[in-house]
This record gives sequence, C-alpha cells and structure tokens, in this order.
Amino acid sequence: MPFYRAPVKDTLFVLEAVAGLYNQSHVPGFEAVSPDLVEAVLNEGGKFCAEVLAPLNLPGDQQGCTRHPDGSVTAPDGFKAAYKAFCDGGWGGLIASEHHGGQGLPYTIGAVMQEFIAASNMAFGMYPGLSEGAQAAIEVVGSPEQKAKWLPNMVQGRWTGTMNLTEPHCGTDLGLIRTRAEPNADGSYAITGTKIFISAGEHDLSENIIHLVLAKTPGAPDSVKGISLFIVPKFIVHDDGSLGARNAVSCGSIEHKMGIHGNATCVMNYDGATGYMLGEEMKGLAAMFIMMNAARLGVGIQGLAQADAAYQNAVEYAKGRLQGRSLTGPKNPEGKADPIIVHPDVRRMLMDARAFTEAMRALVLWGAIRVDLSRKAPDAAEREMADNLISLLTPVIKGYGTDRGYEVATNCQQVLGGHGYIAEWGMEQFVRDARIAMIYEGTNGIQALDLVGRKLGAKGGRGTQAWLSLVGSDLAAAAADDRLAFLTAPLGKALADVQAGIMWLLQNGMANPDNAGAGATAFMRMLGHAALGHMWLKMAMASQAALDAGTTDPDFHTAKLITARYFAARVLPETASLRAQLEAGADVVMALPEAMF
Amino acid sequence: MKVLVPVKRVVDYNVKVRVKSDQTGVELANIKMSMNPFDEIAVEEAIRLKEKGIATEVVVVSIGVQQCTETLRTALAMGADRGILVQTDVTTESLAVAKVLAKIAAEEAPGLIILGKQAIDDDANQTGQMLAGLLGWAQGTFASKVDPQGDTVNVTREIDGGLETVALKLPAIVTTDLRLNEPRYASLPNIMKAKSKPIANKTPADYGVDMTPRLTTLKVTEPAKRQAGIKVKSVDELVAKLKEMGAVA
Repeated sequence: MPFYRAPVKDTLFVLEAVAGLYNQSHVPGFEAVSPDLVEAVLNEGGKFCAEVLAPLNLPGDQQGCTRHPDGSVTAPDGFKAAYKAFCDGGWGGLIASEHHGGQGLPYTIGAVMQEFIAASNMAFGMYPGLSEGAQAAIEVVGSPEQKAKWLPNMVQGRWTGTMNLTEPHCGTDLGLIRTRAEPNADGSYAITGTKIFISAGEHDLSENIIHLVLAKTPGAPDSVKGISLFIVPKFIVHDDGSLGARNAVSCGSIEHKMGIHGNATCVMNYDGATGYMLGEEMKGLAAMFIMMNAARLGVGIQGLAQADAAYQNAVEYAKGRLQGRSLTGPKNPEGKADPIIVHPDVRRMLMDARAFTEAMRALVLWGAIRVDLSRKAPDAAEREMADNLISLLTPVIKGYGTDRGYEVATNCQQVLGGHGYIAEWGMEQFVRDARIAMIYEGTNGIQALDLVGRKLGAKGGRGTQAWLSLVGSDLAAAAADDRLAFLTAPLGKALADVQAGIMWLLQNGMANPDNAGAGATAFMRMLGHAALGHMWLKMAMASQAALDAGTTDPDFHTAKLITARYFAARVLPETASLRAQLEAGADVVMALPEAMF
Repeated sequence: MKVLVPVKRVVDYNVKVRVKSDQTGVELANIKMSMNPFDEIAVEEAIRLKEKGIATEVVVVSIGVQQCTETLRTALAMGADRGILVQTDVTTESLAVAKVLAKIAAEEAPGLIILGKQAIDDDANQTGQMLAGLLGWAQGTFASKVDPQGDTVNVTREIDGGLETVALKLPAIVTTDLRLNEPRYASLPNIMKAKSKPIANKTPADYGVDMTPRLTTLKVTEPAKRQAGIKVKSVDELVAKLKEMGAVA
C-alpha cells in the first residue's frame, strides 16, 4: 500500500523564496497571510490528506463507483465519511469569500492544497475540486440572488457542483452542442439533452448537486456564440433554501475507465429539467472559461501531484530494496546486496522525478500568485501584467505539467521493477490516474495549439515579452555569481532556443498554419523546460543565499543546488532537439497521404 | 472546571530517528517536530469535556524551546482556549517539568490536569506521577475512559490484568492511554482562530524552578541489529538447541 507525506517544507520554501507570498500585503486578502499561519494551515491540511484521504486511494481505485438500478451512484466505501470530515474541517471553503462562509485565503494557498489532495487521492479530490470551479463561475457571473441562493451551501460542501460541456458528438468543438434550453413561463428554462464525461455528475457525498450546463436557447446560432450557461440543480431549491422535488436530470450510466475509478464519470440525461440562466444569454462559453482556466491549472497540479506521490514511494522502495551490487563496489557490505538506489539508472529516474516535481511545484505556485494578483492587485497595470503572464503559462502548466507528470510517474513505477506493475504497490494506479490529466480540460495537443496559436501572440505578445524579460533579468542577476554558472549558461541557451522557436513560428506559422500545428507540442515542451529552468534559477539563487548566510538547514539547500545541477545538465539541453523538431516544419508530418495510413 | 493540559514537542512519529554521529543524543536539527501523540489525546479529551459542558476552559502549557509555540498553536487550533509557554533551551527532565507544572497548577487552580502517559521521545512515563506526588493529588494513569461526576472523576485504567476503574477526588491528575479517544483534525476555521488566541510567555525563573538537568547522558547508540534466527525441524531439536544455548536446563 503506497503512502503519502505532504511536502510542507518544500512548499513553504517555494512560497517564500520563489512565489513571494509574503511580499503581497498590498493585495486584499493577503494582509493576514503570515508564515506561521501558512505553516499551520499546510501542516494540518497535509496531515488530513496523508491520514484520511491517502489510505482511501488504493481501495477506492479497486472498488470504484457503483451505479444502482434507480440511477443513483455511490462513491467507494469511506469516501462519504471522508468528504464529511473534509467539509467539517472547512477545507472546501479555503479560498471562498468570507461573505459566503469561506475563509477568503489566497488562491495560491488553495493551489497548494489542491496538490496535497490530488497527490493523496486524485479521484476524491475531484468531487470538491469540480465544485470549486462551479462556485467560481457563479461567483463571477451570477446575480446577487443566485450567489445568495447557491453559494453558501456549496462553500460548506453540503452541495457540490459540476461542469457539463461535452456531448456524445462534441467535446473540443463546443459550437456543435445540441442541448436545448426552452424558456418556461416563470423565467426558468427547460433543459433537454445529453452530456457525457461529467465528473462527479452523480454521487452520494452531498445533499444536492448543482450542474452548470451549456445549452442553446431557441434561435441561437450554431456556433460557440450561441451557447448559454444554466444552473440545473439535482433537487429544486425553494426560496427558503429547503430542497424540493427531484429535477428531471439523471445519470444514465457511469463510464468504465483507465483511472480515477473513485470518481463517478457520468452520462447525464436532461429531460426538460428546470434550469436558470447564469450570466448573459449566449455568453455561456465566456462564463465557462472562468471555470476552465482555473480547472486547467488544477489539472496541471494533478500532473505534479501524481508525479510527487509516485516519487515518494519510488524513493522509499529504492532505499529498501536490496538487489545487486553497486558498479563501483559494495555500498552495503554487511548486507547480501546493495539497495537499488546505488545504481545510476535508478538514480536517473529519481533525479528526473525530483528535478521535475520541485520545479513544477515552484512554477505552479509562482503562477498561482499571478492568478491572485490578476484578480486582486489594487493597481490595474499590476493586474494586467499578472494576467498576461498566467495566460501564457496556463497551457504550459496544464500541457507540459501533465505530460511530464505522467512520464515521471511511469519512471517511478519502473523503479519498482515487477512490483511496479502489481496493483497492491499502488504505482500503476498513479500512472493510470495521471494519464487522464493529459486528456481532459482540453487535450495536451489543444493546450499546445492554444499556446502557439493564441497565447504567444495575445495582446501583441505582451505576456510573452514580459516572461522573456523576467527570465532574462533573473539570468542577469545571477550572472555575477560564478557558482551558478552551471545553470545560467544552459538556461541562457534554452531561452535562446525558445526565442528562436518563437521567431520561426512567426515566420512560418502564418504562411502555413500547419507549421505551427506540427511544432506546437515540441514548442510547448521547450517552453516548459525553460520555465522550469527559470524556477531552478530562482531556487538555486535562494538556496545559495541561504547557505552563504549560514542557514540552519544546509542539507535542504545543498540538495536544491545538486538537483538544479542535474536539471541544468540533463533536462535543459533537450531544448536544442525540440527546436530542431519544430523547425523541421509541417511537411515531414503531413507528407504521407491520408489514404496511405 | 478548568482543565490544564501539558503538551510536549517531540520528533514526529513518522520520522525515522537517527543517532547523532557524536553519540550525544538523537538528531533533532531540521527534523519534523509535532505534538506528542499521547498529549494530542489529552487535548482531545479536555476539549470533549468542554463540549459536554463539564470543563469551562482548556489551558495548554508547553515547556521547552521557543518553537513549542507551534505545538501550543496546534492545541489551540484543535479547540483549547489559551496557552502558556515556559521557555527554556535546556533538556527537559520529568522532575523539573513536574515542578514547573505544579507551580502553574497552583496559579491556575485547574480541577483536572490531563497529561499524556508518556512522550514518544524518551518514553519516561513519570511526569504525571511526579506531578501528582508534588501536588498531593489523586492520580488516574493510563486512562481509557474519563468520567467526571460532581467533585470526583471516574477513571478507567488500562492495567496488565484488564481494566480497573478508580474514583478520584478532584482536583486530580489523569494520564492518557492510546484508546481514550481519537484526536480530531484541526478545522481550517479553528486554525485561523487559533492565531488570535493568547499565549503567555514565561520562563522557569518566573516559577522559581531550576531546570538544570540532573541526569548526565553518557552515550546514545542505536539498538543492536537483530541477528538472523535459525529454523528447527522439530520440538526435540528446539529443546536440544535451547539446552545447548543454556536457555533451559
């Protein structure tokens, strides 16, 4: 049975040294955010995840969800009690506004908890996670009456929320949706249609389920410009807040899938169900994107989380498993064999893993601070700058973060050899659970297209310019310190590859958009490597400074520098080959005629 | 009735403890520290007494380094009302701790002092007993049930032969065993509230107690590695082996 320990110490370091959490007191909601409070919240939250959620991960995977003949769905044993404990602990209201019963803490702290929750039990975490996304959409586009009616119970966790976009014939291309919304006499709508792949669509954890559903009103155009968003509750809610009749929405079936077995992925049938328009008519997609951008960051965090959970267990195994002798002579002479962590190829997989997880955590939290700033900074220019940066990095965090998260999880599975393939060790579950993160909330191919097609050039490329100059100025600041040359030199090269890649895309993507499409994934990975390299630079500078100042924890900071060195030497150079892939253009990708496949 | 709960900051139970290379003790630097698990049970019991309307106030006290404040905050986040930190950098020995606690008890006049039966670092299992001796109060150690009734408290104790219930006159000392309760997880709202709960900063000198250690640690070593066993095929062979080893005559 795998274990999990929340990486509180590393997170506290990143929050302070990289994300700058404690330098934001000018931003509303950050005044009370002190290091001791954050430490207390993360310690207690991490403990809850490790002791309550993690032990349910493997059994939840093995049991899965059950749909009963009456259409009701039950989550795996223990999930309901754990969900109640989660809500009683107030964890669902971490970032929700105090006005609706939340704690009003920064999104950044919420992002940390998302990681801990997803690493301990990804399938469980999706129930409150989807609900948080639905709350965000109601919070931003809902009327005051709608917020008062729906949010307090959702913040408390008594009700959960879902996102209903996908239909059997369309997922990525939402202009094709067929679900209809016919106006009723009382101002509500009758929603009719079928939605598929609805995570947490039906379950027994909460008293009510609030579905946010994309549908078309009569006469709306057949494109994304004709889509509206509706609130469709499982149970009708009376004005006094009490629950009324069962609405005409039901779960037709649950999917049998590769991973996240503990989360019910539902086919939802709407048969004239009562719905209430959320936001403006035909502006549904914009409202849904409020959820989607946050959800994409959340999915990137899942990639990080599965990688870290797998890494922790791989390290434990590699230190304890005695097998063979070190190539350079016995390291455990009194034992019958050496622990496998002495073998360079095992080290390679473990170093790849930690070089990714530590920097990815930094990138996620550095990005999360931009989310907070984009929402709440008092100065408009600061809000805009933060928004430009996080818009650029969202597809990178989602696409690159989950591609690499999956690679790392599968490498950590490899460390266990045959046992990695056996269910009871839990490693194959991390791999299976990580796999979906590359697919949902927009496949990683879509993320790469979003990056090269929209985000790079958005607002005249302001976000791109801002990011390039931030990395450039950190490189310049570190240039004086020869001890960091091991990192500044390769990062400078990687950054040059990214810049050359952007130039190539500008010159070749316009004339033939397939050039951008064919190179998008390589470019996203290149940018991702450079973004993590930037995070390693920030961490290496902070750790070198801590060592120079005579830190009381030299091991921690020394390990950071050693891992930074690994990343610089073994990961960053890949940008050169990625650039070559990009610059090979569309022809080599598209040359084979369709009929010859 | 006021309830006093002493809490100790110890190496987290998940940490694999290592002996320092100079054999003067175990490695504590940069190691995750937490509240002694038995003390968590004591805090939980006190909070439950308050929730039942039996206790009016739960006061937690920790004696040790400045970082014991974090341990107190954990107890406050669980639901205790206020904390007292008695700051000292010296090694805390049971008797000195009991003396400080006796002074605090005199000041605070609690009806009940609930302690963990032992701390998982040195496993001394004596502070509660010494405190009872110094105060001249009744003691119910290794409690698996605590049931206050007016001016007495019934304490069910886990003893070798089973369970024993003693009725103690209040004020009294209770030390907790593992099965007394299952401590709660601090809720997020309570963690936020704990920030503003008061913690009084004191020193041993404030209580007139000299905490200078009286014990000298000569050497700390890891337990000897377990030797591989041998398999025997029959009872006769087993008896023969035991005789050979001199274990039986």
